Amino acid sequence: MNTSSRHPTSPHLQIYRLPLTALLSVTHRATGVFLAIGSLLLIWVLAALAEGPEAYAQMQPLLQSWIGQLALLGITFSLYFHFCNGIRHLFWDVGMGFELETVDRTAKIVVVVSILLTAATWIIAMGVE
Amino acid sequence: MAEFSLPANSVVKQGTVFKAEEGVKNIKRFIIYRYDPGSGENPRTDTYEVDMDTCGPMVLDGLLKIKDQMDSSLSLRRSCREGICGSCSMNIDGANTLACTKAISDIKGDVKVYPLPHQPVVKDLVSDLTNFYAQYASVEPWMKTDSATPPDRERLQSKEDREKLDGLYECILCACCSTSCPSYWWNSDRYLGPAALLNAYRWIVDTRDEATGDRLDDLEDPFKLYRCHTIMNCAKVCPKGLNPAKAIAETKKLLVQRKM
Repeated sequence: MNTSSRHPTSPHLQIYRLPLTALLSVTHRATGVFLAIGSLLLIWVLAALAEGPEAYAQMQPLLQSWIGQLALLGITFSLYFHFCNGIRHLFWDVGMGFELETVDRTAKIVVVVSILLTAATWIIAMGVE
Repeated sequence: MAEFSLPANSVVKQGTVFKAEEGVKNIKRFIIYRYDPGSGENPRTDTYEVDMDTCGPMVLDGLLKIKDQMDSSLSLRRSCREGICGSCSMNIDGANTLACTKAISDIKGDVKVYPLPHQPVVKDLVSDLTNFYAQYASVEPWMKTDSATPPDRERLQSKEDREKLDGLYECILCACCSTSCPSYWWNSDRYLGPAALLNAYRWIVDTRDEATGDRLDDLEDPFKLYRCHTIMNCAKVCPKGLNPAKAIAETKKLLVQRKM
């Protein structure tokens, strides 16, 4: 609309108090993007594994560094969050779970379960080492 | 492309503080978005100290008290003052709602009032809803038939079929839902938004309507319908308790079902 150049645009993100459901929607998008980028890192690790012990050992310093660990933690959480919230989306796709109480309850379940799964994965992984 | 920040001419500045009279004890501060198209200046927020002992219970009561007694230049739309006309839709305390059905006592701290988000502002709390109404018109919200009307009676509908319209026909077109939707903020030129889509579905499921296929064809578009990502802001804010996100999901289901 050409009126918008003359008229100011009213504030939106600046003033809107986004409900939990909206915050999860943003997180779903963000974790999806992060997983796409993170998969490049994982492919790199797999490629090093395939190449042999030397190549794999060469990348260990990076993977063991705090930034490498943080990236792996981020990928783990992103995977579980995107997976759990994806299940929520599947229910929506068949028309289920749209009641206001339900969307809030499933939102909280997704957050709690994805944090628990991330913690469990890391505890098991630490144990293996 | 989504623009997350406001353009230069839309950045909100600090405005004036309108103090309460001496001796007023029960004060609630209203912080209100103001824009004067004649001034050539950016929008601002003015602060009004309202005497709650002489003010009605709803936000609309507060706004009209300000307009009547403190600052007559404040512009807003209102009519029925009972949640049926949809005129006084605006952003109050961070969410879209009707000023006439929102109680001041439900708001902790200052009462922040802005026009409906991400719309062109005509003046103060009055936003330009031309695009919103055009999108509503684009779903052709009337009964379309090929068959002849029965000569001796109306087009009848069973009780069960009529019940399918409950939760849809009550829409008052206040635009709270569409202007709460981030997808609509970023793509309102091509995405129809929750209000128009709820009304489209209202005619799709009406058993008397005979243009169901055409209506679905029209919505089968990456933008018109499929920019809905189930963010749920629409259902959260609907002052009539309707659920546009559910109606959109049902429409998507019908589009899949007719292919099978």
